[in-house]
Amino acid sequence: MDLIYSLPQLALQLSKDFFGVDLGTYIYILLKTLVLIGCIVGGLQGSVAYLTLWERKLIGWMQIRMGPNRVGPLGLLQPIADGVKLLLKELIVPSGANKGLFVLAPVLSVAPAFAAWAVIPFSPEVVLADINAGLLYLTAMTSLGVYGVIVAGWASNSKYAFLGAMRSAAQIVAYEIAMGFALVVVLMVSGSLNLSEIVNAQGRGQFADIGLTFLSWNWLPLAPMVLVYFISGIAETNRAPFDVVEGESEIVAGHMVEYSGMGFAMFMLAEYASMWMIAMLTVLMFFGGWQAPVNWAVLAWVPSIVWLLGKVFCVVSMFLWIRASFPRYRYDQIMRLGWKVFIPVTLVWLVFIGVWMQTPWNIWT
Amino acid sequence: MTIEAIIFYFFATILVAAAVCVVTVRNPVHAALFLVLSFFTASGIWMLLRAEFLAIALVLVYVGAVMVLFLFVVMMLDINLDRLRVGFWSYLPLGATIGILIALEMGLVIMAPRSGFGTMPAPVEPGAGYSNTGELGRVLYTDYLYPFELAAVVLLVAMIAAIALTLRKRKDTKYQKPSEQIKINKRDRVRLVSMPVEKKES
Repeated sequence: MDLIYSLPQLALQLSKDFFGVDLGTYIYILLKTLVLIGCIVGGLQGSVAYLTLWERKLIGWMQIRMGPNRVGPLGLLQPIADGVKLLLKELIVPSGANKGLFVLAPVLSVAPAFAAWAVIPFSPEVVLADINAGLLYLTAMTSLGVYGVIVAGWASNSKYAFLGAMRSAAQIVAYEIAMGFALVVVLMVSGSLNLSEIVNAQGRGQFADIGLTFLSWNWLPLAPMVLVYFISGIAETNRAPFDVVEGESEIVAGHMVEYSGMGFAMFMLAEYASMWMIAMLTVLMFFGGWQAPVNWAVLAWVPSIVWLLGKVFCVVSMFLWIRASFPRYRYDQIMRLGWKVFIPVTLVWLVFIGVWMQTPWNIWT
Repeated sequence: MTIEAIIFYFFATILVAAAVCVVTVRNPVHAALFLVLSFFTASGIWMLLRAEFLAIALVLVYVGAVMVLFLFVVMMLDINLDRLRVGFWSYLPLGATIGILIALEMGLVIMAPRSGFGTMPAPVEPGAGYSNTGELGRVLYTDYLYPFELAAVVLLVAMIAAIALTLRKRKDTKYQKPSEQIKINKRDRVRLVSMPVEKKES
């Protein structure tokens, strides 16, 4: 472990010796950032690929099936086979489509889904951009994902794709507000927009002092917000039961209906990357990030990244569990849930927490 | 040329090009998307000025919400491009006059010696740990508390007025009451009728 932590120092020293102090520092920062970006993007693509396998396996087990088990041992090579298949398929552009925008749409949907990962802290030390407005940046990036969907729907020149895009635009705009308010409550109790600060703030409190850190996390005082945030997250990523955007019984595959090969794969990549993103944010905002649930000496050897990734994995599996359990919502019911249930609930809790913080029983000092 | 200047000119070129495209491209959807691009680049320039809150808020509010609804409407409209171009020459004198007037007024404001744009000193270099978001919040909630709250109330009134204007009962739509739907009982809806078996007349 010590070797890993001393590596950046060693690299900085080497770079300074080789290029001189000023230039060496620049080159070191540039290289470090590039390496981190490579790790995050590579890791994310790997997790996206294996999330598709895990989804099929888990839903298979829930429905008493085997799931994919032909390619490789236990079906472990299935995502690679799928990837190769999608890469080799022809990208067909419909004759009436707006060609430039048709090609641009998958890029527009993938780029924000990946860019948002820049501010995510993976452990107290490892974060690509530790900026003070991290939460704000995240909300801005997640709100950009809708462009990929709208542009794809319009550029396809197909009524099914267009209907899907229209549904998606209305749905994402509606649930973004509830999500934003849930994050405002988190921001109020943490007193910071910096994600590392938000996680650290959850490690303080009466329960944390006696070793039961998990009772000091935000999920307990902000319980309704956790529910609102997680369910809105499912709606934002267009996952079942809110997947009317691509409801296959009505409009085939929504905005993606005209895409084939890599174009289609890019939308899938964006969708699953956003799923990881929402799961990661739920953990960072409400479940203490990289902190261990209990502060006992027995568990001290577990590295913090294990806790973080373990929690994220559990939350992502909830997405799949929900997909396997619930039938698709009707469109007007989705709108009702977003506008008439979630937004009032978040507003009430916002006022409640605000009043609580002004009383002598304020627990977030 | 410093690295900041290079980044500035990069963003500025894209911004001006995108802004020109907004008014020159024929397809309204393309125009709206170019507007998105120019908002995004403007946000980059603000970021360069260390105004990260305004920069991200511009992306969040204008790109993430306003332009989405704008595109939503533009895509739904069936715009006949040929009919739009009819009467271009008859509107040109009026439009050009207004355009020249606006340019003239802006020029007067910027060039006037009393505006102080030419002699404005460069802002002091903020130290490390300077947070534009924190500073903005401090100023808004201490020095300018009343004007800020007043603006918020005006916005709230406008919002309520906009909702009140569209609020009307339509007789031809059937509303659902979900609370009543889930309260429903089997006994209220299903009537079991016991019918004796009839004998066939022989």
